[in-house]
Amino acid sequence: MALEVMIRKQLGAFRLDVQFCTQDRPLALLGASGSGKSMTLKCIAGIERPDEGRIVLNGRTLFDSARHIDLPPQKRRVGYLFQQYALFPNMTAAQNILTGLHACPRGERQARLQELLRTFRLEQAAQLRPRQLSGGQQQRTALARILASEPEALLLDEPFSALDSSLRWQLELELLDMLDTFRGEVLFVSHSRDEVSRLCRSVCVLTDGRSEPVTTVPELMAAPRTLSGAQISGCKNISACTHTGGHSVFCADWGVSLACAEQARPEHRFAGVRAHAWRISALPAEGAFPCRAVRVLDNVFSAIVMLSTPAGSSGPHLLRAELPKEAWAALADAETLYLTCPPEQVLLLTGGGEP
Amino acid sequence: MDWYPLLNSLRIAAISAVAVFFLGIAAAYYIARLPRTVKGVLDVLLTLPLVLPPTVVGYLLLLVLGPRRPVGAWMLQTFGVRMTMTWWSAVFAVSVVGFPLMYRTARGAFEAFDETLAAAGRTLGLSDRYIFWRIRMPACRQGIAAGVVLSFARALGEYGATSMVAGYTPGRTATVATEVYQLWRIGSDRLALRWVLINITISAAVLMAVNLLERRTRRTAGRAPHGA
Repeated sequence: MALEVMIRKQLGAFRLDVQFCTQDRPLALLGASGSGKSMTLKCIAGIERPDEGRIVLNGRTLFDSARHIDLPPQKRRVGYLFQQYALFPNMTAAQNILTGLHACPRGERQARLQELLRTFRLEQAAQLRPRQLSGGQQQRTALARILASEPEALLLDEPFSALDSSLRWQLELELLDMLDTFRGEVLFVSHSRDEVSRLCRSVCVLTDGRSEPVTTVPELMAAPRTLSGAQISGCKNISACTHTGGHSVFCADWGVSLACAEQARPEHRFAGVRAHAWRISALPAEGAFPCRAVRVLDNVFSAIVMLSTPAGSSGPHLLRAELPKEAWAALADAETLYLTCPPEQVLLLTGGGEP
Repeated sequence: MDWYPLLNSLRIAAISAVAVFFLGIAAAYYIARLPRTVKGVLDVLLTLPLVLPPTVVGYLLLLVLGPRRPVGAWMLQTFGVRMTMTWWSAVFAVSVVGFPLMYRTARGAFEAFDETLAAAGRTLGLSDRYIFWRIRMPACRQGIAAGVVLSFARALGEYGATSMVAGYTPGRTATVATEVYQLWRIGSDRLALRWVLINITISAAVLMAVNLLERRTRRTAGRAPHGA
């Protein structure tokens, strides 16, 4: 049971070229805004038509340009939770859910509606119109409406973007519970690595319309393999690098050589170090390079320190380090700081473009 | 006082409003989907009756419906029905003149419609017909109602094309507009003034209805959870 997607679509200057297969659900499509996440979902749901490719859900071909198959959305059994939920404004919450039950035998419809209203805690809101519902109720109504139509796959398009941050946490927990009971495929679109870490098992990174191989979420967070994977997983320090043979790379932007655990290869064009990976000391040590703190920002429990490197390819470069407040307090007075990075924390990245 | 012209005007306007309702909505819905160039050409053609002199519209209609013209001759031969100079001939005239108002307001309403609602309906398995009548039309109902009222009002006030296609026969094809002209021509000013006042009253009421509809449209649009 899986959702296989392999599609291409040209939209003006933008080219969508996406390929993935859900293995470990929920699968996240992670990418910056404009990277083609929503367009991919629309192609899967049948709202947009890819130029070429194939979409197969549980062995059922939804779209195949070579075989001229293009099922209408009505026949795809793919539920789509829109960013703004797309509730029908002229209907009450209950009527909205009933539209999802149109295929259900007439005699069972009311019982099924009551069951859904109970499951999604909408009994009190049943007779209200969408604009009278709270953000959370709107989302629950939209989900109830989708599950009423018994889809085989569920597409969630940034489901929390329309909500206040205070509501998000509660709704995330509810969504997790719901996903546990849903037996179909789940695709979750997001630009937030934190949301993805909490809600998903595997992840496919999208950059400028191109997809990267699917990995597990822990894999992406611990050891991204590509430049865009590192960026989207929140790696703050990335430099173009040249491999200097063996287990060492020269980070040109920073003017610094770093030892790495992995064998560096020519296709590793970038190196990354996460902000919390730096080891900072007031005393020189072997392999450490000197820096000067230029700016310090206080987080609640940690300090973010901007450090100026000696001489990169285009002059001094700012590095970002994050360390516990107490640790920083002990270092704050030092004129020069010495940085090292444990070799296993140096990320070697493939990929093109500029960091 | 003979009320025939008022009754005749109202029934002509009412029949034409129904016809224009369906034609205008169908045109607005399908033309919105066409490629831009085709859309531009059709848009000009369908809006033309709004700016053409009604006499030109009347002339063009006579070219088609006249008893010696293709459609008119065929109707006369096949069904023995004369397409001009009857009270219902005016329906053609006022429909053509009123159509652009319905078409343009309906198109505006459809363009403001949030297409994700239709997309959501389709992924839920709802038929296109259901989505159109139960989701799209209710969401656009105020704009569409405004179009109906406007084209109804235009039909009530139509003179030029009507007088050419239906003529003026007292008690048979007379409408309020043609009656006023006729009364003025024969110097019956007092009676003409009475019809003028009736006409102004009806038209003012119709325009007030349009204003109310537009205000409601704006208010509900502002409150809807789905931004335009």
